[in-house]
Amino acid sequence: MLNIALPKGRLGEKVYGMFAEAGFECPALLEPGRKLIFDNEAAGVRYFWVKPSDVAIYVERGAADIGVAGKDILLEYRPEVYELLDLDIGKCRMAVAAPEGFRDHPERTLRVATKFSRIARDYYTSMGRDIDIIHLNGSIEIAPILGLSDVIVDIVETGTTLKENHLEVIETIVPISARLIANKSGFKFKTEAIERLTAALERGAKQA
Amino acid sequence: MLIEDQVMDAQEKIGFRLRSLYSGYGYSRYKMSKFEEYDLYSRNKDFLFSDSVITFTDTNGRLMALKPDVTLSIVKNGKDTPGKVRKLYYHENVYRVTGASDGFREQTQVGLECTGALDGSIISEVLKLAAESLKTCAEDFVLEISHLGILEAFVDAVATDPRVKKQILECAGEKNLHGISRICREIGLAEGAEAPLRQLLTLYGPPRTVMPKIRQLASENGVGDFAGELGQALTVFTGSENENKIRIDFSATGDLKYYNGIAFKGFISGIPGSVLSGGQYDALMRKMGRKDRAIGFAVFLDMLERLTEEE
Repeated sequence: MLNIALPKGRLGEKVYGMFAEAGFECPALLEPGRKLIFDNEAAGVRYFWVKPSDVAIYVERGAADIGVAGKDILLEYRPEVYELLDLDIGKCRMAVAAPEGFRDHPERTLRVATKFSRIARDYYTSMGRDIDIIHLNGSIEIAPILGLSDVIVDIVETGTTLKENHLEVIETIVPISARLIANKSGFKFKTEAIERLTAALERGAKQA
Repeated sequence: MLIEDQVMDAQEKIGFRLRSLYSGYGYSRYKMSKFEEYDLYSRNKDFLFSDSVITFTDTNGRLMALKPDVTLSIVKNGKDTPGKVRKLYYHENVYRVTGASDGFREQTQVGLECTGALDGSIISEVLKLAAESLKTCAEDFVLEISHLGILEAFVDAVATDPRVKKQILECAGEKNLHGISRICREIGLAEGAEAPLRQLLTLYGPPRTVMPKIRQLASENGVGDFAGELGQALTVFTGSENENKIRIDFSATGDLKYYNGIAFKGFISGIPGSVLSGGQYDALMRKMGRKDRAIGFAVFLDMLERLTEEE
């Protein structure tokens, strides 16, 4: 039996659609209710819904053999997992955004507000830039408006929220999408089942 | 006085069984101090699991550290033994940061280090002992083995910039083939330039089925000798009871500044991470001014805490 951690929410439902099309369905999963764990013994799968940012933890710690997590989470938390497939959905980008007309002053420490401290630090370290990270847990966009930071590092999907707050993308750090990840030990002992599922998902992703 | 089994926990039992195993193969116990001068670690930070080390100032003013690693101390405190092989085992605690936010933890390791005039038979013996060590912990195990010389040659074929090479090796360790292709496009390589590397990374499985393909691919890419070394080292398992537990897998990587040649990791069913890690580290020996060759591995006993006796 393969234990699969899916991210709760719209992305998770889309991901489940891909798994179902690949032949690993479990219709009860989409029924309304508070149940969190769903089995389909015939297909050899057990799904469970978890918070999107927790998927990598479930997989790294072996509670799930495989799961689907955003590349942003993988870059930020660096879990010890295999990254088997880019599912090419949930596409967006990690970007630096600033108030419209922003002028950088390289002689000053750049104040960066973000939920993704590690990604921001790695990015600016690679450029040799001295920064002051301001770690926030949400509503990042208001930080430069209120003078809390000079720029923000955040996920940008359509850019609408930025535009509405008079911010604009000044740099793209890395493209983001949903990735199929596997526990390293689980992969050794369930190789065939994981490979079969990965191959089916890959075929589905190519046809889409 | 005989110590009864029931007074020991699983970790202690396995620790003593491993010591007995290594001792039976002629390895002698290496006992070391809990402390080492911090300078040793500051010069070899990349070799450590994490940058963080617990430090303190000794009574004579020297900056000391609680050992985050055993191998560096053995290399530093040993001397070259031309024409001879030095076989040591240890059972020690190390102090390191294991996760992103876990803080420092004390971990118990049992392992062995073999330095000196190593030949193929010694490397095979160490691989055999790695498999036996895993078997001592549990019946259901996998020992995955790779050859860093082969992997490095395939990576060199697509990248020369050390930063890019490091990124590609990280992707190799994650079986992240799409990531490798993305990096290759970013550095301007033509579509398909990374095909041999991708092919190498998809060749994993038991030596009996995979080794012929590795030999062919390696020889087509000018590293047939390394494939020969790998094949030779693996013959120790041919016909043995552990043969079906061995996998060739080039996602078993290591930092090429320190490691070279054979690299391996051990897994036990039901335990989420690798419980054993090892390989050849001639490159570390050179970096520390030693001429000897070296190979070794460690078993992470704290990972085995939840193993029951039945397992």
